[in-house]
Parts: sequence; C-alpha cells; structure tokens
Amino acid sequence: MSDNQLLEVIEKYLNGEMSQDERIKFELLRKENADIDNRVKEHLQFTGLLKQYAERVELENRLNAIHQEIDVHTLKEDLMAHPSWVVQLWRHHHSKISVAATVALFVVVSVMFLTGSFNNNNSKYVELKRKVDKLDQRINRPVKNKKDVGADRYSFNGTGFAISSNLIVTNAHVIEGANSIKVQNADGDSFKVEVLYSEPQNDIAILKVIDTTFTSLNTPPYTFKRSESDLGEDVYTLGYSSDTPVLGPGVLTSANGINSNDSVHYRISIPIIPGNSGGPLFDNKGNVIGIVNANQAQTEGAHFAIKSSYLLDAIRHIPTDSLTHRVNLNKKNTLAGLSRTQQIKKLNNYIFMVKVY
Amino acid sequence: MNKDLKHSAPTDSEVILGILNNSENELKRLYIAYFPMVLQLIINNNGNEDDAKDIYQEAIIVLYNKVKAGDFELSSKLKTYIYSICRRLWLKRLSQLNRYGGDIRDFQEYLPVDDEVELHNDRDIQFNKMESALQLLGEPCKTIMEDFYIYNRSMQEICERFGYTNADNAKTQKYKCLQRLKKLFFQQK
Repeated sequence: MSDNQLLEVIEKYLNGEMSQDERIKFELLRKENADIDNRVKEHLQFTGLLKQYAERVELENRLNAIHQEIDVHTLKEDLMAHPSWVVQLWRHHHSKISVAATVALFVVVSVMFLTGSFNNNNSKYVELKRKVDKLDQRINRPVKNKKDVGADRYSFNGTGFAISSNLIVTNAHVIEGANSIKVQNADGDSFKVEVLYSEPQNDIAILKVIDTTFTSLNTPPYTFKRSESDLGEDVYTLGYSSDTPVLGPGVLTSANGINSNDSVHYRISIPIIPGNSGGPLFDNKGNVIGIVNANQAQTEGAHFAIKSSYLLDAIRHIPTDSLTHRVNLNKKNTLAGLSRTQQIKKLNNYIFMVKVY
Repeated sequence: MNKDLKHSAPTDSEVILGILNNSENELKRLYIAYFPMVLQLIINNNGNEDDAKDIYQEAIIVLYNKVKAGDFELSSKLKTYIYSICRRLWLKRLSQLNRYGGDIRDFQEYLPVDDEVELHNDRDIQFNKMESALQLLGEPCKTIMEDFYIYNRSMQEICERFGYTNADNAKTQKYKCLQRLKKLFFQQK
C-alpha cells in the first residue's frame, strides 16, 4: 500500500466513510501496526491544526469587524489618566520652562546687580519707616494729647536735653517741619527755642533757647562719652512720653544698630514710646552715651540710640558765627557716685519736653 | 460608540452560551463591554490603542477557545478573567519590547493566568507556522487544502473547480499538496 493510498484510507476512516467491516478491520490494523496508528494520529493532529488555524483566522476577522465599530479615539481621551494641568504642562514643556526660568533668573540677577539692589538698602527702608512713623505720630499725637493741650496747642512732642546753659539737643525728626518750637521744663514752664543746627543724616538737632524769660541753666551734671559703651551695660533714659518725665530702664544689646553696617546707632532694649525721641541715653555712671531714637523701632523691644560720639561731632560742626560763645561741655561728671534715683533728681532740670507747633 | 450596547454588558453566562452557540451578537456585546477596561490598562502602561486592540483580541480568543474546549469554569467574574489575561499578555509584550519598567499600573484586581497565557502562546506559534506554510505552498495547493480540510468540500467539488479530468488525478494532487504542506510546516523552527 503506497502512502497515497494509505492516506486515502485514513481519511476515509476519519471521515466515517467506512463500512462496519472495513472499520473493524482498520482498527485492528491500527492496534497491530504502531506505524499506521501513528500515521492516523499525526494526520488527525495536523488537519486539526489546519482547521483550528482557519477558525482562528475567521474569529480574528469577526473581532476586527466588531472593533471597527468602536470609536477608539474618543474612548482613549476619556480613559487616559489625566494628570493635573500643571503636571501636563511640565511634562510637555519642561525644557522650555527650564530655559525660561534660567533666562528670567539671569535677567533678574543682572538687573539687581545693575541697579545696585545688592547694596544695602536698609537705611532707605528706615528712612521710609521714619516718614511713615512720623505721619503716624502726627496723626495720632494731637488726639492723644488733647486733654492737656488747652491753650497750649502743640502738635507733637519729643524729648530734649541740655548740653550747655542754653542749648538743647533733640532728634532732627522731632522738629522737622515745625512752625515753631518750645521746650518745657520739669516745672511746666515753656520757652521758645529756635533750631541752631541740624544734622538730619544722623537725626540730631541742636536747639537754642531764645525766650527772654529763660534763666540760663547751670552746667549739666553729666558728661558725654566719646568712647563706645559695652554690650550688656545697664542704661536708662528719661523722656517726656507723657506730661511728666518717664524713666526707661534697659540694657545695651548691640554696638551696631539695624545691621552690622550701622555703626551710628546702639541697639538698646528699653520700653520706649515716641515721646522718648531725642531723650538722653545714660549709662549707670550718668554719662550720656547716646540720643534715644524711638523712631527707629523695628521689632518688639529693639530700639536704637544715636551714639554720643556723633552728638559730639555735631556740636563741633555748629557754625561758629551762630554762637555767641563757644559751647563748653561739662568735663566733670557729678553723677557718677550717685544712685539712679539721686541721678534722676539732679537730671530733671536738664531734660525738656520739646513741643512742636 | 453605541451607548445602548455599552450599557447592556452581557451577563457572564450569556457570553458563554453565546460563544458556544456561535452567536455573533453576544460576541459583539462582550467585545464592546470590556474593551474600554483593556484600553485603559494598556494606554496607561506604555501602550497605544493598537496594542490594546491586539491584546484584547488575543484575550477574547483565549476565552473563546477555552469556552469552546469546554473547560471554562466561571470561578470569578468574566471581567476579572479578561483583565487578568490582558494584563499577563501585556506584561509579556512589554518585556519583549524592553519597555517594561518593572511596574504596572493596575485598574482591577486580577487572577494568576500564566498557564492559559502559555498555552495560548504555544498555539499562536503553531498557527503562525501554519500561516507561513500555507503562504509558501502557493496555488492551487493552498486552495485545495483549504477546500478539503477546512471547508470539508468533497473531492468531486474540487475536481470540478480545478478542472481535473478524473478523481484520481485530483487525489494525487491533493496528496502531494498535503505532503508539501507538512514539509513546509515542520521545516520551520
């Protein structure tokens, strides 16, 4: 039997086209002859695979036909996990954003460099703050002092202290823009003064009493310290933050003012309110070490005082032609051995309220 | 997409009965019901809509064959089963493409279906071989093989179609064709 014939027989057998007799005979042959049995199995398998393959192709075609009916694009839009727009923006444009940021940074730094923004602008800031504070005070002060103004209708006050028989020092900002100025002593007597000399850059002003009823002062009991005071020193100020002198005890907290570049000021920790401006800052020996500058209050408890060396310089800068005689500063401190209460009693006559009209 | 079809996801038993009865309509409902789920899986894991189509159709074929073979037991939701097959197939595809980052973002719970996917792959390899063997076989052999073995046409019909004068010639021709097809099939690695 040739292969060809065998195949025909096998197919006949598998297709169930054999008669009963033929079938029994062939099955017997399969059992006896393993080779023929294998041929049957192999043929069955191969043609089976061929059929399955055809079925697969058909199924795939059916599925493709179904797939055509689906709007995949719309579905896709709906199903994409949409990250927030920021994330999407970053994903799509992160290189562009980076370049833009770099350029922007460069431009900002260049502009800051060119306009000198890297230089310290604190002083400007402080000046601005002063102006704001001043406006604030000018607005608030009259209301606050309404009860005690009466006929004496001054708009603003600060504190001043004597440096000689008829010269009184205060802050320049206290008397700025004043129409007329008076000083009031501890007894409540007021005297007309005029501005003898002013150094706005250091916020120092020197007033001269011009009132004829004024009796010349004795030499003040305190001296002016030229050297720097030390950190931690007990200090105090006397000022007219109200109608009567008020003591402000405190401590010297920094040899520099607002920042390390500011050597004009001490930083002090003292309870201070604006009326203190222009008052003297004493150490516990009774030396004037500075002029309280309440206007520069920046943070709670941190205040500033202009160092006395700047006051001494200012005094030296007073044009000689505006003085009838030389300013003789006290060289002998008569307060040094006294307790603070005794010091204050002696000081009272030399501290004045500065009233600005 | 047709909203009605979308909303009428067939029940699991409807699908199985539909496959067993060769229902075109049930197949369509099945296909439309779960495609979005698979699309979501694929496009959110480094694939595109064409990948989704391939993977999904393969999964449907796996299900289809399993149901047809009569060994499909509904031990979980059909949806979960389809998702699991797609997930497994896609992981395999990703690693073949070296696109797999070791992490897959899942949208469903899933079952271990490694065996089924392996079986499917083996069959796929066989089918691919058969496809290329048939391509290489050429005409008229290819049509004779298809007519006789796939469409179960009689030798009589085949004789008439190809104009063979007697059945023996046709049988001889068919025999030679089958031998060549087998040779081409088994030659392939």
